Amino acid sequence: MLVGELLASSLRMAVPILLTALGAVFTERSGVVNIGLEGMMIVGSFWGALGAYYYGPYFGLIIAMAAGMFMALIHAINTVTFRVDQVVSGVAINILAYGSTRFLSLAIFNMATTSPHVSGLPKINIPVLSGIEPLKPLVNDISPVIILALLLVPISSFVIHRTVFGLRLRSVGENPLAADTLGINVFKMKYAGVLLSGIFAGLSGAYLALEHTGMYVEGMTQGQGFIALAAMIFGNWEPKGALWASLLFGFSEALSFRVVEGGVVPYQFIKMIPYVLTLLVLTGVVKKSTGPAASGVPYERGLK
Amino acid sequence: MNGRKILAIALVLVLVAALLAGCSGNKGQQQGQNQQGQQQESKEKLKIGLVFDVGGRGDLSFNDSAYAGLERAAKEFADKIEVDYREPSAGGQDREQLLRLLAENGFDLIFGVGFLFTEHIQKVSQEFPDVKFALIDGAIDGLDENSNVACLLFKEHEGSFLVGAAAALKSKTGKIGFVGGMKSPLIERFEVGYMAGAKYINPNIEIYSDYIGTTGDAFKDPVKGKELALNQFKKGADVVYHASGASGVGVIEAAAAEKKFAIGVDSDQSLSASEAQRPYILTSMLKRVDVAVYETIKSLVEGNFKGGYKVFGLTEDGVGYAENDYNKELIADIKPKLEEIKEKIIKGEIKVPVDKNEYNEFLKNNFK
Repeated sequence: MLVGELLASSLRMAVPILLTALGAVFTERSGVVNIGLEGMMIVGSFWGALGAYYYGPYFGLIIAMAAGMFMALIHAINTVTFRVDQVVSGVAINILAYGSTRFLSLAIFNMATTSPHVSGLPKINIPVLSGIEPLKPLVNDISPVIILALLLVPISSFVIHRTVFGLRLRSVGENPLAADTLGINVFKMKYAGVLLSGIFAGLSGAYLALEHTGMYVEGMTQGQGFIALAAMIFGNWEPKGALWASLLFGFSEALSFRVVEGGVVPYQFIKMIPYVLTLLVLTGVVKKSTGPAASGVPYERGLK
Repeated sequence: MNGRKILAIALVLVLVAALLAGCSGNKGQQQGQNQQGQQQESKEKLKIGLVFDVGGRGDLSFNDSAYAGLERAAKEFADKIEVDYREPSAGGQDREQLLRLLAENGFDLIFGVGFLFTEHIQKVSQEFPDVKFALIDGAIDGLDENSNVACLLFKEHEGSFLVGAAAALKSKTGKIGFVGGMKSPLIERFEVGYMAGAKYINPNIEIYSDYIGTTGDAFKDPVKGKELALNQFKKGADVVYHASGASGVGVIEAAAAEKKFAIGVDSDQSLSASEAQRPYILTSMLKRVDVAVYETIKSLVEGNFKGGYKVFGLTEDGVGYAENDYNKELIADIKPKLEEIKEKIIKGEIKVPVDKNEYNEFLKNNFK
């Protein structure tokens, strides 16, 4: 029973990281580093709550994805078209997200840091499985977005490895010059990768606001966009790897909630569990992770 | 190429504009340019400024309570004062600049909402000896009546004792929970008061206690707040009290999802909760920051502002438990008992512990 709860809690904590990490896989595979994912999650959480407040949860999710995509578009224009340093642009996106959400929150809700209450999608029970006792906490009353996120893992994997689009995306990230020579539109592929990451991050932010807490609170993303980047690298630029990495992060968070403060272990150490675990795994388990060869390098025609 | 350049410049301008808009997220305040004009104006009206804590206005809790006091004063003394407020940036790094900005702009009384302002007010109040400051929840050493700083302190442990008793009276499982925000001596006061109150009613009660984090961010992390509360509910708790600012949204959400009880904090959180959540809010521990803010402004308007320390406890009606249209029936059966305990605390028959050491002593004295 309690183990089931622990796993369910891990899953809830893992989903926002997973969604953003999946997006990160797409953008990195196209050769664009996107550290603005945190900012895209922030606008996702705000616009998700805004959309849900006025038009209901489905519209909230859609508008959150659109908002994430809009931020990604700015990043893509900066980095792909104008070849701005990708890290600098990402930082700017994060600052812009903070500033714009606070400004809009004041303008629309007349409150700087929170939105009114919003309701999420109706919770669902998975048929068949929901009857099995040990699985109950995992399959009853869960958010549909959790299922969507899990389904997106094999879908992303399929798209990246088995489709023409995926092949082109990967080739652009590995060797843009060769791809260009073969007639692939490098810029278009890079835009696609970045925009996809914005959509995923926006959805992830909306999950936090709509599905988890039922309200937008400034700073509720708590740096999970950056953790997602780590999960993506840790998962070796693969959707399946990102899934395991996110579950590990989620699990360690959930575990730290459940370690009771005792006399022996100081409180601060309990709160360190997720980070210590990450460090251990990164140094001990992962042997070598190699990203796309041309990731982070702006592509310009005619340069060697 | 030319078109591109224009587009690039346009984009940069949009970014800059958005940033500026984001940074000065305050409503229609004249700044810098007409400072002098403002200072002349201020001869007629007293200018009262307030800088919010992490979470800002709209946290439905601590900050909103302070704002309510400011609003009430602004309405009541409309012809004598003008008020303004500032929100610190998300990380709160600009607290000190905001205080200084208000002081430079000729404000007469400036509030810092929250103990995180302690150092900053100490510093800025020395730079501006003619400006009065009020610090909520924090204590600066060595003040007296003539200082330009008033520290407004609350006996949160007394209010928490009452809601702890309420939780124990209402609990059917004999298990209750507490979710704190940032691990700090201040929030621990809520915790030990609550635990003592619960033990006073039921010495065998089991109390789960968790904190969200160790930094100011812990006051705006509803995701963790909800997970911690869910965990306590799943372990069998049926009432959970939170002292975690905006993170408490998650605690209340968890109570509604599990159909158990949450206890709010600072403001009457039944009022700000959604319709669906209200039946699951047992009561709220009221911390009348609004009263403290209002009384301080009033003293300034009436010309008898005093520096030093002001403590608001049960006796001063500075803390208490909330009763409203939504929980009236819910707490009707336990209200007489709560009132009785309240009387005992005011008379000094119950000494409410303020930290872990006093709590252990409290347990020893009462149950052996």
